[in-house]
Amino acid sequence: MAKKTIVPIGPYHPLQEEPEFFTLTVEGEKIVDIDVRVGWNHRGIEKLSESKSFDQSTFLVERICGICSTSHPFAYTRAVEDIISIEVPERAKYIRTIIAEGERIHSHLLWLGLAGHFLGYNTVYMWAWKLREEILDVMEILSGNRNNYAMFKPGGVRRDINPDDIPGVVKKIDSIIPTLVMLKKAVIDDPVLHARTKGVGVLTKEDSISYCALGPTSRASGVARDIRKDCPYGVYDKLEWDMIVTQNGDVFDKLLVRVLETFESIKIVKQCLKDLPKGEIDAKIKNIPPGEGIGHIEAPRGECFHYVLSDGTNRPARHKVRAPTFMNLPTYKATVIGETISDATIILAAIDPCYCCTERVAVRTLKGKKIYDGQDLVKLSQEKTQKIKDKMGIK
Amino acid sequence: MTKTEVLHNLKEKFKAQIIDIIERSTRRIYIEINSCAIVEIATYIFKNLGARFSIASGVDVYSHMEILYHFTFEDINVVITLRVKLDKKKLEIDSLTSVFKAADWIEREINELLGINFKGHPNLIRLLLPDDWPQGVYPLRRDYKEWDKNAIRDRGV
Repeated sequence: MAKKTIVPIGPYHPLQEEPEFFTLTVEGEKIVDIDVRVGWNHRGIEKLSESKSFDQSTFLVERICGICSTSHPFAYTRAVEDIISIEVPERAKYIRTIIAEGERIHSHLLWLGLAGHFLGYNTVYMWAWKLREEILDVMEILSGNRNNYAMFKPGGVRRDINPDDIPGVVKKIDSIIPTLVMLKKAVIDDPVLHARTKGVGVLTKEDSISYCALGPTSRASGVARDIRKDCPYGVYDKLEWDMIVTQNGDVFDKLLVRVLETFESIKIVKQCLKDLPKGEIDAKIKNIPPGEGIGHIEAPRGECFHYVLSDGTNRPARHKVRAPTFMNLPTYKATVIGETISDATIILAAIDPCYCCTERVAVRTLKGKKIYDGQDLVKLSQEKTQKIKDKMGIK
Repeated sequence: MTKTEVLHNLKEKFKAQIIDIIERSTRRIYIEINSCAIVEIATYIFKNLGARFSIASGVDVYSHMEILYHFTFEDINVVITLRVKLDKKKLEIDSLTSVFKAADWIEREINELLGINFKGHPNLIRLLLPDDWPQGVYPLRRDYKEWDKNAIRDRGV
């Protein structure tokens, strides 16, 4: 019998920014067991929420995650609105949908970039993150912030979209589509990516149902469940878009689902901006009666679920938060065991565990110095590659 | 299967175990059941009715503890919540890990934050709290007084 060795990953993950601790038990190259330890970043948000007012809790849950900073307030405000049984105004619904889908685009692009990075394919990483920049700019135009948009409040949205901004935003979104199409082709047709991801880390349909996996993780395994389609909220039932479902359940399919969903999200945002009705943006909630409410929405990573109990005061008596990764993370047990250690990182990353990354670069204009834009940088990098090739004598 | 049929089936099948059914809105139904019947009813909902287990919420409501098992019925756009009331003197209930694997983590979480014992859970160890958190201190209970601030400071946190 081969000797068993334990390989620890974490608690500071060498690639991901979020602390988590995996213990891989390996026999040679093969993984025979895995254990996951979480809780390094436990901040007691549920307890904290009980000491905040209903309005303040919106900001608190927004800070659970820097990437899904719309999903949590969206689910939370829906839970509070469920207690009061109130409908938000039509315009607010459209704005909420736009913000939620914008977030999905940037979140999926972020993951795609990181997936490339995990596989040692840094070109994908750079391209995806460059595209993501454009979406973050769009979010800045619409909400004033690149992340943590602070757009939500129980009863509506906090800030209106200025009609003058819309043509510029549509133009910006249109401008990324050609690059996204190129990226999609590069990812889907690339033989190296096929070799690294096809048939790797398969989550079967039965396992997906038993683990109650969510979002792209389950849709890649052939489980056609999407809260946006099944339990419509916002204005998703009024728009034309498709649910992306694939059958194989491997890392490649999870990647494919996310890439294709990005295109659907662009479709949704554009329809919303086109149809945006006029009117109020806030239902003006006065007080919240005793009762309980449930709000669930489709976050980029799957269903985000909030349960709020009100006892008639201005603070939630109990606030349960369930982020999608809570259900997706335990599927590691089904996907990693039996694979080799070199595939572990990408399988572990394939469910898109949630982490924060909100760095930004500011470019200052200096007189007389050339400012390089994206095209220039691409040209420079191609020139450099050519130089290296010439030097090495490669055609 | 429509919403009325689902409710009808549940009422017929578990007449003795269902205490109360509240329809708070067309999309949210709360069913209070006997705690001893949780495995039986959850199995029926998950396996026969094809619902997805969303999550369970443990709540301390002063007089007793409650666990709410939220099931999402995607086909009919309804969330059905099974409410179980537990006496504070006897905080235990059967584990659902044998029915679906998704119950594993949330039962560990409720166990460490509220101190409810899940009978038959294969690995009821801590999920979120650190190893040096004192035994028998449950932070989500109403009677929790913030545990010894000095100790936290002395640990260098």
